[in-house]
Amino acid sequence: MVPKLICDDEMADVHAPATSDKDSLKVTIKLSVEKINAINRICASYDNDPEELISVLHETQNTLGYLPAEVQEIIAHNLKISAAHVYGVVTFYSYFTMVPKGDHPISVCMGTACYVRGAEKILDELKKELNINIGETTPDQRFSISCLRCVGACGLAPVMMVGEKVYGRVSPNDVRKILEEYREDNCEECKPTQQL
Amino acid sequence: METPVNKPKQLRIALRNCGMLDPENIAESIVRDAYQALGKVLKEYSPQECINILKQSGLRGRGGAGFPTGLKWEIASKSKSDQKYVVCNADEGDPGAFMDRSILEGDPHSVLEAMAICGYCIGADKGLIYIRAEYPLAIKRLKIAISQAMEWGLLGKNILGSGFNFEIKLCYGAGAFVCGEETALIHSMEGKRGEPTNKPPFPATSGFMKKPTNVNNVETFANIAPIILKGPEWFSSIGTKNSKGTKVFALAGKINHVGLIEVPMGTSLREIIYEIGGGIKENKKFKAVQTGGPSGGCLTEKHLDTPIDYENLIAAGSMMGSGGMIVMDENDCMVSVAKFYLDFIVGESCGKCTPCRIGNKRLYEILERITQGKGVMKDLDKLKNLSYIIKDTALCGLGQTSPNPVFSTLENFYDEYYEHVVEKKCRAGHCKNLFHYVINEELCVGCAACKRCCPVHAITGEKRKPHYIDSNICIRCNECIEKCSFDAISIQLEPKILV
Amino acid sequence: MEMIELSIDNKVLRVKKGTTILKAARKVGIEIPTLCHMELHNMNIENKPGSCRVCVVEVDGRRNLAPACITEVTPGMVVNTHTVRVLNARKTIVELLISDHPYDCLVCAKSGNCDLQSIAHKFGIRRVHFKGEKSTYRKDTSPSIIRDVDKCIMCRRCEMMCNEVQTVGALSAVNRGFISVVAPAFEMNLEQSSCTYCGQCVSVCPTGALTEVDSTNKVLLALMDKSKTVIVQTAPSVRAALGEEFGLPAGTLVTGKMVAALRRIGFKYVFDTDFAADLTIMEEGTELLGRLKAHLAGESNAKLPILTSCCPGWVNFMEHNFPDLLHIPSTAKSPQQMFGAIAKTYFADLIGVKRQDLVVVSVMPCLAKKYECQRDEFKVDGNPDVDFSISTRELADLIKQSNIDFLNLPDEDFDTPLGESTGASVIFGNTGGVIEAACRTAYELYTGKKLDVIEFESLRGKEGIRSAKLDFDGLTLNIGIAHGLSNARKLLDDVRAGKSDYHAIEIMACVGGCIAGGGQPYHHGDSKILRQRRNAIYREDKNKTIRKSHENPYIIQLYKDFLGQPCGQKSHELLHTVYYDKSREEITIHHD
Repeated sequence: MVPKLICDDEMADVHAPATSDKDSLKVTIKLSVEKINAINRICASYDNDPEELISVLHETQNTLGYLPAEVQEIIAHNLKISAAHVYGVVTFYSYFTMVPKGDHPISVCMGTACYVRGAEKILDELKKELNINIGETTPDQRFSISCLRCVGACGLAPVMMVGEKVYGRVSPNDVRKILEEYREDNCEECKPTQQL
Repeated sequence: METPVNKPKQLRIALRNCGMLDPENIAESIVRDAYQALGKVLKEYSPQECINILKQSGLRGRGGAGFPTGLKWEIASKSKSDQKYVVCNADEGDPGAFMDRSILEGDPHSVLEAMAICGYCIGADKGLIYIRAEYPLAIKRLKIAISQAMEWGLLGKNILGSGFNFEIKLCYGAGAFVCGEETALIHSMEGKRGEPTNKPPFPATSGFMKKPTNVNNVETFANIAPIILKGPEWFSSIGTKNSKGTKVFALAGKINHVGLIEVPMGTSLREIIYEIGGGIKENKKFKAVQTGGPSGGCLTEKHLDTPIDYENLIAAGSMMGSGGMIVMDENDCMVSVAKFYLDFIVGESCGKCTPCRIGNKRLYEILERITQGKGVMKDLDKLKNLSYIIKDTALCGLGQTSPNPVFSTLENFYDEYYEHVVEKKCRAGHCKNLFHYVINEELCVGCAACKRCCPVHAITGEKRKPHYIDSNICIRCNECIEKCSFDAISIQLEPKILV
Repeated sequence: MEMIELSIDNKVLRVKKGTTILKAARKVGIEIPTLCHMELHNMNIENKPGSCRVCVVEVDGRRNLAPACITEVTPGMVVNTHTVRVLNARKTIVELLISDHPYDCLVCAKSGNCDLQSIAHKFGIRRVHFKGEKSTYRKDTSPSIIRDVDKCIMCRRCEMMCNEVQTVGALSAVNRGFISVVAPAFEMNLEQSSCTYCGQCVSVCPTGALTEVDSTNKVLLALMDKSKTVIVQTAPSVRAALGEEFGLPAGTLVTGKMVAALRRIGFKYVFDTDFAADLTIMEEGTELLGRLKAHLAGESNAKLPILTSCCPGWVNFMEHNFPDLLHIPSTAKSPQQMFGAIAKTYFADLIGVKRQDLVVVSVMPCLAKKYECQRDEFKVDGNPDVDFSISTRELADLIKQSNIDFLNLPDEDFDTPLGESTGASVIFGNTGGVIEAACRTAYELYTGKKLDVIEFESLRGKEGIRSAKLDFDGLTLNIGIAHGLSNARKLLDDVRAGKSDYHAIEIMACVGGCIAGGGQPYHHGDSKILRQRRNAIYREDKNKTIRKSHENPYIIQLYKDFLGQPCGQKSHELLHTVYYDKSREEITIHHD
């Protein structure tokens, strides 16, 4: 019987055995042909130039709604840069998201002017009404909350945006009313959820 | 959104056309002299002559640091290279600042024209505008303006038959305040993370794609054409000895007239706040005005008569910055203001250098403790020492100026810090843990409405007897005050009951 | 060259324009402390983000402190490197780093070799004044490398090595601000990324953020198992560097002591990977000549150039990035694997031990070898040819744990029959060594003549890409050599484009060759150490009586008794392998 070593080395047992099985390292990208073509078109419109990565990411996110790993892999492949580089850029900039935003993404401006005029209270009210935190999306995918660093509408402080619509001089009491505009039955501007 | 034009103290140079024309119709801009200066320069001046005009005018960068523009162009023009670039920094990330947005939306041609003039002076045929993605209208109008200018032969090849070529492209920011720093901006345009690099080398020697690059702010560019057309002497006759011309400020916060103003350098803070700005909202007491955004500091009552210019602001412990002016009143807690700015910086720090990545986080943590009522006197020394070291060792302008709000509030509002730390008091009534909800025994009838609505059961009391709120449990949600029909609950700085 | 005069700590000196304060200070004996800065002078590798801010100094007339590693001197500059202001700043910077670092020193793999630990010690830091939240991340392990990036200090050395020197692109800085860290794409496990396990990131990481998988405990367990016969093979580069772990100067050859130590640790037989390297030359040299003859005869499917295949990091790189060229590397296994294959068949029979009861351990300068020995094609019914691979550093640990007084050991010899080797096999450790060894044999086999000069100087050197034309008695052989994967990529791009006119190319993943491998004693940025190791390898070659692989009597005997012919059927079974397409570009279409 082999006595167990007191200083057993747990890490060495953790890793999976190396494998030459070619399939296990492949990235399986599940996207429809249309989506893949769209991404390829966007990259080609910028001549697949790696310098244009940020413009490519903007346009891709505008088209597909968000930038999951598979999309980033395709962009990396087209622009001939590493996926790690693309991921490093996506995670650096606040604009880019790897998770879908809600149908009606809500942004509260947290710039100084808005802060001084009570933006924090609006944020608290939103969190209470929707029961989610900043950066999260409601389970029914209707709303998501994020903070914006100053949209430059300081004259209307405090400012809240729902999608592209700007609401100015918002008070905590207004929050519920504004959200009502976007509830299922009331909503005129509802778009179907962007799904890949 | 601009303040009424008839206020006599204002002098509009950068904002001369905003609100006066349809920015989507180039003809209207041309009627108001757009591209006249470009034509004049191409026809009458050599690049060096034009640079000399700028140097004579005394124009300094309006993005924040105030470097002499003519000198900047001259350095770039002297760098030898087969390719050079002109870059317009339209990343306007300072919260509370919207000057550049207004110029880009209201008078895009002023910027395009100035970039072309700059290209001529330094020997560049390519211009790039780095504009933040949060400005979709400005982006739209710039695209229209560029395409119309190209149609009219005012941009592109052989401008006005002079043989000079200049084309402009848009690059987009993606939500990173640090990309307002010129080296970070350049790396962002190269498709990388917006991390600054050490200077020297300066962009004028090695910038975009390692080529000589001149980076200027939107407002700086907006001043170029008038200087060419009206002459440098006219420009240098406005302002103070070392700060010529005008500055656009964005008034925000607790002031009656919120919006953009443009005043000659040297105008006093009092004039700006009371005469042009209409005074403090709801007639509250003026406390401070934050200038320079998160890189600046606050000016107080004692600075009200200081003429505003680059040097005076620095001497007062602040800086011009991009021109944001946030007015604060007696209900603003200055410790929280410092904390707010540090929170912003912590979220926007790129993370490259140690002092900013970790140092600012520690500064924020100390301020958070203080506002939570957990501060100790040693914390105030720590704040000062760490702030000094961050300022002394950070890699870029963001880190080097990030402790300014701390320095400034410590210097001007030390009493408030002291109160937070020693007396556990927040005189502005802002820091939740430092004020208390108190029931006035005289007014309380014991109806228990407050007790029923309190979400954390902080209120105790028997029926028809005065109730009591335990401040240690209370979360300051304000429900009780809203429910009390007898005005018996008020917010006090001390947990004692007020008689 | 314009000279600039300046003063540093009141010492006046003149240096060339463009010199940094850091380098200028060294010239007058002032050693400004650094952390993120790293320069491997001989290899043109420099990491200088100027971001840790440890090296800040005071410059008269400058408002803030200047980072010495990247600030160039200017005429009349007055620098002070240790004023109170500077010392205070430096200490605080290090305190800040420590405040966001695990207090793991006692159990950290890097303890004693950690640059952060050394600096904290040097600066006399006893208290961290600024305590607060720490940034924490998921631990990640792989066959060769462990990532524990709670300990990352964002020096960016690993990112630089992986992207610029190796062009593998497995790592990047991700996120922003306090939580920024260096990680693979999508923060996936290293194992799922394009990492080749070359281990260069480990060899430059200043802290314990990147370390190797430690197999010493597994080896000890095997040694304790009385039912097992444990044997060991040692790579050439180990003997040229192991002494450094015991205070000997870099470049001291410790072959005899190494063998003696291994015996005392408890290995039953101490063999030499070099023996298997001679075997590799026999196989690969024969393959080269075969392909060359086919090419000269005008056969259209003659596959040239032939690429060496003994470097698993390089093989990984090829499988990831050039899956269309998998037919051109030599099919010969690496010496480590050839050894294992022979050990578990020929040698096991020889000593009457069953395959499952023979444990083969290898000591390698390389971290990719840990991964290599786990590849499925190197196992028979699940039993690997090489059971464990440990690095030079791990061997030093084992020696120390076994209470062996290394410096006073007598010199001992390897065991036979798998311990005898030639000078040609030793030079495998240097860039250019494998192809030189192959040419020593190929020349004599092809021309039938004896070499006048054994050394092929034209194949030696340190440039990243080298080429040489060799005269094989009238036939000109074009040889290409690359070390560092960015250089390998360049040569392979040429091959892919059909622009390469090399007949044979040697590729090593690590810049400098195996002597600079990821498992060697840490060089802490001193590239002189690498040069000494390189020279030691050539010295060992010169000291050998037999210097050509085909003259190794034990190799000759092995073919006679067991293998038959090089590239014959048995050799193909045991000593040759196949490669796999590991490119990441398969996109499966999902139909909505």
